[in-house]
Amino acid sequence: MSIFEVLTIIIPSTLLTAAPLIFTSLGGVFSERSGVVNIGLEGLMSVGAFTAAISTLALEHSGFGDASPWIAILIAAIAGGLFSLIHAVVSISFRADQTVSGVALNFLAAGLTIFLVKMIYEGKGQTPYITHNIDKISIPGLSKIPFIGPIFFQQVTYTSYLAILVSVLVWFIIFKTPFGLRLRSVGEHPAAADTLGINVSRMRYIGVALSGVFGGIGGAVYLVTITSNYSVSTIAGQGFLALAALVFGKWHPIGAMGASLFFGFAQALSITSQQIPYLDRLPSVIMLTAPYVLTLIVLTGFVGRAEAPKADGVPYIKGQR
Amino acid sequence: MFKKRIAVLVAFVVVLASVLAGCGNGKTSGSSATKQTAFKAGEVTDVGGVDDKSFNQSAWEGLKSFAKDNNLKVGTGVKYLQSTQASDYSPNLNTMVHQNFNVVYGIGFLMQSDVQKIAEQNPKAHLGIIDAVAVDKNNKPLKNVASITFKEQQGSFLVGVVAGLTTKTNKVGFVGGINGALIKKFENGFKAGVKAVNPKADIYVQYAGAFDAPDKGAAIAQTFYTKGADIIYSAAGATGNGVFTEAKNRTKSGKKVWVIGVDKDQHDQGLPENVTLTSMVKRVDKAIYDVTKQAKAGKFPGGKVLEYGLEQNGVGIAPTTENVSKKALDAVSGYKKKIIDGSITVPTTDKEYKEYLANLK
Repeated sequence: MSIFEVLTIIIPSTLLTAAPLIFTSLGGVFSERSGVVNIGLEGLMSVGAFTAAISTLALEHSGFGDASPWIAILIAAIAGGLFSLIHAVVSISFRADQTVSGVALNFLAAGLTIFLVKMIYEGKGQTPYITHNIDKISIPGLSKIPFIGPIFFQQVTYTSYLAILVSVLVWFIIFKTPFGLRLRSVGEHPAAADTLGINVSRMRYIGVALSGVFGGIGGAVYLVTITSNYSVSTIAGQGFLALAALVFGKWHPIGAMGASLFFGFAQALSITSQQIPYLDRLPSVIMLTAPYVLTLIVLTGFVGRAEAPKADGVPYIKGQR
Repeated sequence: MFKKRIAVLVAFVVVLASVLAGCGNGKTSGSSATKQTAFKAGEVTDVGGVDDKSFNQSAWEGLKSFAKDNNLKVGTGVKYLQSTQASDYSPNLNTMVHQNFNVVYGIGFLMQSDVQKIAEQNPKAHLGIIDAVAVDKNNKPLKNVASITFKEQQGSFLVGVVAGLTTKTNKVGFVGGINGALIKKFENGFKAGVKAVNPKADIYVQYAGAFDAPDKGAAIAQTFYTKGADIIYSAAGATGNGVFTEAKNRTKSGKKVWVIGVDKDQHDQGLPENVTLTSMVKRVDKAIYDVTKQAKAGKFPGGKVLEYGLEQNGVGIAPTTENVSKKALDAVSGYKKKIIDGSITVPTTDKEYKEYLANLK
């Protein structure tokens, strides 16, 4: 295989694996920037994936055809948003420990979704397969560009580009709008924000709800582009990977996107390299561990100290110093 | 104060929800504590559940058809308990043994140590294990366990023959789950089958390192198809779903490629694009049916290692053959005879495969 051919495999594969991680880690950015730690991203992805599976199946059944997975992603976003409110109520209104509440969210999501699958599909452990996926396609026009076309615009899904666009949008919202400034202020110094008349609880509720929306989208995208059905093992660690991408990207939307792409790239490389001449002589164990080793190297060597928002994880109590 | 009350209420709801979620398993377990003299057979599934489109489902179908033929009730006469994680295996097996099931099956080699433990603790109970041989501390077969294994290499050989005769590019792929003795049997059987009919064919092999990573399956399939393979045999559980997704995508965009399914007839999973060439079926249902029947007749094959191969119809190619050419089907039945009469020994390990190749030339 030539270098060119290798790139036409690795880059599209990177984009595919990274898309769900990008969405979910952006959710994490909203929540943590507002000062609420969200370990529950994994659970939110489960809820999103589950909702996407059953809504796509229902929509297909009622004749929505190719539009069904897209509508399902929106429904999953709403479901994720609602589910994340549990975390919001417990950790913002009742000031419970945010890590514990997030972990509870993960357990609850894992149990609840499978329980519901069993209820809906008469005791089965997984949903049937959806027939309308979001397919990998060649972008008309762009894929014809010599060299760049086959690498970046063939065998890709629209969701990958959407994820990259959305992360730029999120960057704009968080760093260039008054809303973003308020969101960051309650995450850095809630008392100061409160003095200036910002409703801290409300901002944090919005932050957590948005993390639910994006987590739901992330799970849904994973389902409709990669797995096609929901079972216990559908979401297995992707949420935590997104959480890692968030920290890796220093709580910055563009950073989180970059980190997600990096994880996707590392995985694509570890799989494809076993079929590349010369590299295939290395023991496969080395290539399988490569993503983790690469991450460690990059994290310790090239990325500076990651600093969380100051008030991240600290419940805000009015009047307390 | 008000807030505190709400807090208590919310906590209550959350706890209730988790308890309900836990009931997902409980529901199937029912309440059959009543001592019955009627025959009962049970199965403890792996995390895939009874509709995993693989061996758990197949085993359950075996029990269901046994129930039908013997007027047993599904849910009491034959029953399953689903495991949601590996730590559920032992409690689930224990529950069934203590509910006086006449025979309890652990599905999959992952349950081997749990089945061994429960069998030693309950010497009077009859247990069965699929894909593994249950042994005691001295490495001797346990007297109260029937070990059911399959000659997957033989079935894989036949789908290899189909692949070798169907490929237009002379390149085929094999995607494995976890690299170990079990999946190696699939790999070497498949390779031997391809080489038997098409010695010039290139065979790409890669292991995903997991049975539940469809994203990796898709990435490997993408690599194979891009390198020019037009048929991929996937012996990787749910990882294989990714292979199917990739094949469907390719077929939709105008490049016809095939997947060979595993364990069950996966024809339906390849629809609507029709990408399933054939499948290597492993008749776990038949094996379970046989052993249960023997148990009911009082001849439980405890301590024996049962091997289901082509001869016993324990493995073979799928009944759906609409995508396979007449020529390939004829070749399959020819090789099937040769394997059964012993004139071909299908390799199971890398070493045996090397010897096999040397003899082929």
